[in-house]
Amino acid sequence: MADKTGWKDLMRGGDLPPATSREYKTGSWRSLRPVLDLSNCIHCMICVAYCPDMCIPVVRSEEGVVGRNGRIYKGLVRLETDFDYCKGCGICAEECPTDCIKMVREEVVETSSK
Amino acid sequence: MATYQDIVSKPTPLAPGHRMCAGCGIPAIVNSIIAASDKPVIVANATGCLEVTSTIYPFSAWNVPWVHLTFENAAAVAAGIETAYKALKKRGKIKDDVNIIAFGGDGGTYDIGIQALSGALERGHRFLYVVYDNEGYMNTGNQRSGATPFGADTTTVPAGTKSIGKTQWRKNIVEISAAHRIPYAAQAAAHNVVDIYNKAKKALSADGPSFLAVLQPCTTNWKYDTALTMKYSKLAVETNFWPLYEIENGKVHINYKPKERKPIEEFLKGQGRYRHLFKPENRYAIEEFQSLVDEEWERLLKLEESGAKL
Amino acid sequence: MSVYKPLTGAQATAEAMRQINPDVVAAYPITPQTPIVEFFAEFVANGLVDTEMIPVESEHSALSCVVGAAAAGARAMCATSSQGLALMWEIVAATPGLRLPIVMPVVNRALSTPINIHCDHSDTMGTLTIGWVQIYSENAQEAYENVFLALKIAEHPDVLLPVMVMQDGFITGHGVENVKVLDDAVVKEFVGQRNPDRYLLDLEHPYTIGPLALPDFYYEVKRQQEEAIERAKEVYLRAGEELAKITGNTYPYFEEYKSDDAEAVIVILNSAAGTAKDAIDELRAEGRKVGLIKPKLFRPFPYKEYREVLKDKKVIGVLDRSISFGSYAPVYAEIRNALFELDHRPAMQSYIYGLGGRDIFKSEIKNVFEELLSGNVDSEKQKYIGLRG
Repeated sequence: MADKTGWKDLMRGGDLPPATSREYKTGSWRSLRPVLDLSNCIHCMICVAYCPDMCIPVVRSEEGVVGRNGRIYKGLVRLETDFDYCKGCGICAEECPTDCIKMVREEVVETSSK
Repeated sequence: MATYQDIVSKPTPLAPGHRMCAGCGIPAIVNSIIAASDKPVIVANATGCLEVTSTIYPFSAWNVPWVHLTFENAAAVAAGIETAYKALKKRGKIKDDVNIIAFGGDGGTYDIGIQALSGALERGHRFLYVVYDNEGYMNTGNQRSGATPFGADTTTVPAGTKSIGKTQWRKNIVEISAAHRIPYAAQAAAHNVVDIYNKAKKALSADGPSFLAVLQPCTTNWKYDTALTMKYSKLAVETNFWPLYEIENGKVHINYKPKERKPIEEFLKGQGRYRHLFKPENRYAIEEFQSLVDEEWERLLKLEESGAKL
Repeated sequence: MSVYKPLTGAQATAEAMRQINPDVVAAYPITPQTPIVEFFAEFVANGLVDTEMIPVESEHSALSCVVGAAAAGARAMCATSSQGLALMWEIVAATPGLRLPIVMPVVNRALSTPINIHCDHSDTMGTLTIGWVQIYSENAQEAYENVFLALKIAEHPDVLLPVMVMQDGFITGHGVENVKVLDDAVVKEFVGQRNPDRYLLDLEHPYTIGPLALPDFYYEVKRQQEEAIERAKEVYLRAGEELAKITGNTYPYFEEYKSDDAEAVIVILNSAAGTAKDAIDELRAEGRKVGLIKPKLFRPFPYKEYREVLKDKKVIGVLDRSISFGSYAPVYAEIRNALFELDHRPAMQSYIYGLGGRDIFKSEIKNVFEELLSGNVDSEKQKYIGLRG
């Protein structure tokens, strides 16, 4: 919804359609980035359940993905964090039972990826 | 038994792009409660952190039908929705079953909203009221509420040279709710989402009103690092500061008993709102805090042991 | 077939609600509105309606429940008075912004302090600025019919706003009159069903209702609300034409009583208009050219139409049953506003009367006319009828 919407074009009564917040990217708040080592992940879903920004996508994988100790994890598996929304709070890294997430300063990530 | 997979396998009621603080515990609470519903959910939200940050126009973070009216009346609004649902169902205008859930913060529940809550519980509307309890008016910057614990530094009762902050214990909102003889009232904490999910399942299957108080550590106004929300939630439970229990049809059941309860200091330390208690002249307050926690825990154990109906 | 029944104003209102048979009613008993709640509760208890009624713990929750029910998709009604209206004020103010069609009869009663249970209009006059359509009723018959009118306006797609229907506490509310009651089936046909386009129980379309709007959007939402209440002016007349077909009565913005050729006109709301009509009849018999304008639709206020009928009058007296402390009385202020555009304005006098249920007598109204015709008026000085000096 454009910021310049005039009063005649707004929905009546200030009502809103669902989930329009997706247009608001909170990733710009982030100063620390969760860097994930998927090879050490056990797909326990703790980070997913705790993530305050619903920015850890999950999919159901029949063939499975390789995780900790080279094991194949099937069923619900997590994917890379959605950095459009991740605010970098660090709860995922703090709570991860296998320590497979590290919080790294954004500028360090940017430098090393160049 | 529920698992983390059960909780995360459904689409979340909350979408990303909301403006809750980094490290907020509220989304985990809301998502696990609504995940427990096997029917579509309608949400009534009191003014507060959740409402403000999830619906800044034109950005709504809600995937489910949602309404906000004012601060102190989420229970009354939910009662109206529930009654409309009954009426329209009776008249054949709608077919689907729904669950109605009200969310309020502790200010909107313990304090200004307690009358509407009490009225709705007494009248027996079939709905779940959830208080996400961050122990103060955190949305507006840490003012004291009836849920603020002893010794906390708030902006309306600050710690100072003549003050340790709040000198009263908090209200027992779970027992207040249970005293309305509702079928289910329980206490949970943000870090234990499986327990929250299980309790929400029970609450939503209750034949009448149900109540759930969920501790929601607040990184911004308890003043700790954003990564530590779940850690403080755990410590609140491990120290018996915030026991996990439920009152089902008047009977108390404690869901978790720490093998060895941790000293309250472990919960208090590292939180900016309690920093002043660690000054030598205020150490007595920590001892008092400890005895208040132990007394409450003993009382709860006795309630459970007696098996008597509240 | 319409039938005449001896009913109080409160009973007539409850009767209208019975015939509407709303999905949900939530109301808290407050004197002198209480009999509305009691009569309606009896209808529920005896199966004369299948409305779900919520016996709430406060006025604040009464309107909150009704808003919740209306947002969920129900046709929902409330009723209140005085302190109750004051307690629910926060929700009264919050409701129009959500654009929910709620009908709420209000039995006018003085506001504390001192506490007083009797009639004046200080309760509803305190809510003029917040966006409810307001319709005032002289007697039980009007109080009854105005509920149907209110429902039509509230639910009209061009409006979608809450509507208050006023009647005077005790005088109308508890006074028994012979009320012509419409046939149930005729009312059922007239009121139809509420068909909301967006509602919470529409699970396929999960809307967010009541979000936070900051300086970048709040203003636009409020401008829409103003447009809606402006449209209610026209919708009031059209709904009135429809209602006239089943009642045989008419629903103008205001009633004109012998005012056509009158030199002196008074403007007065609700039950005291009845007393004024008696006074006018007697003065007319003596050949005095006096008349009455009785406002019906008070929000939105039809300024232009008032100006049209008042422009050639010699003198106008406006009688207010409430004080707007520190400013012109509410009805007087509106009439004065309506005449601003005229090059030659009538002389005007503001009177306060009847606070806290003090009676107003025919003789006092006759004295008002004498004073108006004598030219002893001052448009900037408020006078007090029936006040001990």
